[in-house]
Amino acid sequence: MQPTSHDFKANAHRALGDKNLQRAMGMMRTGFPEKRAMAIARMPEFDALRDDGIAIKQQVLKHLDFYLETFEKNVIATGGQVHWCRNAQEARETVLALCRALDAKTVTKGKSMVSEEIALNDFLEANGVVPVETDLGEYIVQIRHETPSHIIAPAVHLVKEQVAESFRATHTQFPHDRNLDEPRTLCDEARTVLREKFLAADVGITGANFLIAETGSSIIVTNEGNGDLTQILPRAHIVLASIEKVVPTLEDAATLLRLLARSATGQEFSTYTTISTGPRRETDTDGPGQYHVVLIDNGRTALLGGEFEDMLRCIRCAACLNHCPVYGAVGGHAYGWVYSGPMGAVLTPTLIGIEEAGHLPNASTFCGRCESVCPMRIPLPRMMRAWRAREFAKKLGPKTARWGLAIWAYAAKRPALYRTMSAMASRVLGLLGRARGRFRSLPLASGWTDMRDMPAPEGKSFMTLWAEQQKKAAR
Amino acid sequence: MAEPVRVALFVTCLVDLFRPTVGFAAIKLLEDAGCTVTVPTAQTCCGQPAYNSGDREDAKAIARQVVAAFADFDYVVVPSGSCGGMIKAHYPLLLAEEPAVADDAKALAARTFELISFLVDVLKRPDIAARYDGVATYHDACSGLRELGIKDQPRHLLAQVSGLTLKEMTTPEVCCGFGGTFCVKYPEISDKMVTDKAVDIAATGADTLLCGDMGCLLNMAGKLARLGSGIRVRHVAEVLAGMTDDVAPIGHVAPDKA
Repeated sequence: MQPTSHDFKANAHRALGDKNLQRAMGMMRTGFPEKRAMAIARMPEFDALRDDGIAIKQQVLKHLDFYLETFEKNVIATGGQVHWCRNAQEARETVLALCRALDAKTVTKGKSMVSEEIALNDFLEANGVVPVETDLGEYIVQIRHETPSHIIAPAVHLVKEQVAESFRATHTQFPHDRNLDEPRTLCDEARTVLREKFLAADVGITGANFLIAETGSSIIVTNEGNGDLTQILPRAHIVLASIEKVVPTLEDAATLLRLLARSATGQEFSTYTTISTGPRRETDTDGPGQYHVVLIDNGRTALLGGEFEDMLRCIRCAACLNHCPVYGAVGGHAYGWVYSGPMGAVLTPTLIGIEEAGHLPNASTFCGRCESVCPMRIPLPRMMRAWRAREFAKKLGPKTARWGLAIWAYAAKRPALYRTMSAMASRVLGLLGRARGRFRSLPLASGWTDMRDMPAPEGKSFMTLWAEQQKKAAR
Repeated sequence: MAEPVRVALFVTCLVDLFRPTVGFAAIKLLEDAGCTVTVPTAQTCCGQPAYNSGDREDAKAIARQVVAAFADFDYVVVPSGSCGGMIKAHYPLLLAEEPAVADDAKALAARTFELISFLVDVLKRPDIAARYDGVATYHDACSGLRELGIKDQPRHLLAQVSGLTLKEMTTPEVCCGFGGTFCVKYPEISDKMVTDKAVDIAATGADTLLCGDMGCLLNMAGKLARLGSGIRVRHVAEVLAGMTDDVAPIGHVAPDKA
C-alpha cells in the first residue's frame, strides 16, 4: 500500500466533508467507549489484570529470542513449520511459495493487520492467487477496493446504505431489487456468498492474536466464526504473525484475552476464541493438512531497547482509536497507511519513516485519553512527543513554525523582556478588542480566527497589574 | 497560630496575557484559606510550546528557569492543570539527565499543585462563600483530569457556591480540541472537536461554561461566540472567588463598557 500519510491534512479535510463517514464516526465515538466502560465497571480487578498483562509482555520482550525459539521447537514437534521473515518482502514471497507448492488458486483469509502491513493481497493477486477476505468488515472493504480504516472494525467508516450499494454492485447473481435495508439481511447475504468461498479455498490464511511458546499454538479471536472456517477447511493453514505476538504459556494468553475483549468491544470474551496447534492429526475429524507459521520481524527488533519498545506491548485492541477525538473526527484512512489512531501515530513512523509519517504524531492534542484506556498502559503521548523531538532535531517541521517557536523561546528565556512584550501585547490587543471583547479576525492568526473568535485580553497583563498593586501597597 | 503556608503563584502565560482576573482570583482563594502568596517575577511560561513541538533544549532551559525561580516556597500553585501537569509530571522527566537540577525538579514537582486540587486536596478547607446565579456546566480539561486526577475537586467546591446549579455534559471528559499549537496546526480537526464540544455544552441548557484552563476556555469561548451562543464562559476560579462582577465573561465586554 502506497502511504499517503504525508497528505494527512488533505486526507483529513476530505474525511471531515464526507457525510457518510461523519455519520458512521458519530456512532462509533459513543458506542465503543460506552461498551468498554460498562465492561470495566463489571470487573473491579481490571487494573490489577492490566499490571499482570504488562508484566507478561515485559517478560516476553526481555527474552524474545528464547520464547520464539521455544515456540518454533513446539510447532515442529506438533508437525507444523515456522518460517522466519525479516521484512515484508520475505513474508510475501514465503506465503506465495507455500501457495504455489500447493498449486493454490484461491485463499480465504481471516482478519490480519500484519497481512495489510506486508500488503499481501495485492501481491497474491498479481501472482495469480485470489485472496478472499472472510471477516465481514474486511470483505466489505475488499469488494470496495478500500483498506481497513480500523484495526478491529475494518468498515467502521461506512454506513449500512453504502454496504448495500456495494453488495448490489458485486453480488450480481441475486435480483437487483432485493431488500437490503437491514443489517441482518446484509449479514445473511455475505454468509451465503462466503460459504462457497470457504469450501473452494485451497489455503486459509489467518493472523494471530497470540502465539503460545509452551505449546506451539496460535490463537485467534473473532465474533463471526469466519476464522475457524478459514483455517479448518482448506488443505493448509498459514498463520501470519509479527514476532512480538508470542507469550510464554496458555495461561498468559488467557490473562491477555480477558483484557483484549473488554478493551476492544466491551465483551467479556470474544464469541470465538480458537486455538490451533499443528496440522490435522490422524485421530482428528477435520483440520488442515499443513500448518505454517510465518513469523515476521519487519522492524520490530529495531524497537527493542529503544524509546519505542513499549509499543511492542500493543495487543491491537483498538481502545486508543475508539477513544481518540482526532481519530473520531477523521477516521482511519486519513492517517494514510495501515495503522491509525494513537497506536498508528507511534507505530507508523517506525515502519515507513518519520519523513513520510511526520504528521501523525503531531496530529494530537495530547489529551491522554488513549493512554488512560490502553490495557497495556503504553505511554502513547510520551512516544508521540519523542517523535516530535526527532522531527525537530531533523528540522522536518514547517519553517514558519520553527521561526515562530524560536522567537517565542528567545523571549520566554528572558523574563524581563518577556514581561515587556506581554504587557505590550495585552495592552494593544485589549484596546483593539475593547468594543466587542473579541476578534473575528487577526493578522497571522487565521488558523484560529477562520474557525472561532479570539477573545480579547482584559487590558493590562497580570504582571503589570501585580507590579502596580505592589507599588501601591509599599507606599 | 500556625505559620502561614507560603505559596508562590505560577500565573501561566495565558492568564498573564488574557485574563489577569484569574490570577487575582487565585490569590484571593489562597489568602482566604490562610496562605501568604508571592508572585516571583522571573516567570514567563512553563515551556509547553517548546516541549510539545519537540524542542527539548528550549524546554529544558525554561524548566531550569522555573525550577530556580520557585525554589524557596512551601508550595507552587498554578491556575491551570495543563501548566501544573507540565511542572508536576514532565519536568522531572525532562530534567532527569541533568544532575545539577534533577533533584530540584523532582522536589518542585512534589510541591506544585493545580489551584483547585491544592485547595481541596492539600489545604482541605474549602469554605467557599461565593454566590453565582446561574446554571453552569464544567469541562474537564485533559491534562488536569488525566495527569493530575482533577475531577471531583472543582465540583465539590462549586457545590458550595450559592445560586449555582451544575449540569453535566454527556462527555465532559472529551478534549475540546485546543491542544496548544494543535489548534492552529490542524485547524479543521480542532474546529470539528470544538464544534462537537459546543453542541454538548449547549445541550445541557446551562448558561455558563466553567473550566480550569485558559487555553481550553479561549478555544471554547471563541467557538461559542462564533456560533452566536450567549453562553457565558469563565475560569472556575473567578466564580469560586466571587469575582464575576469584576470582569465580563471571556470574549465579552461588561455592559457598561460596551
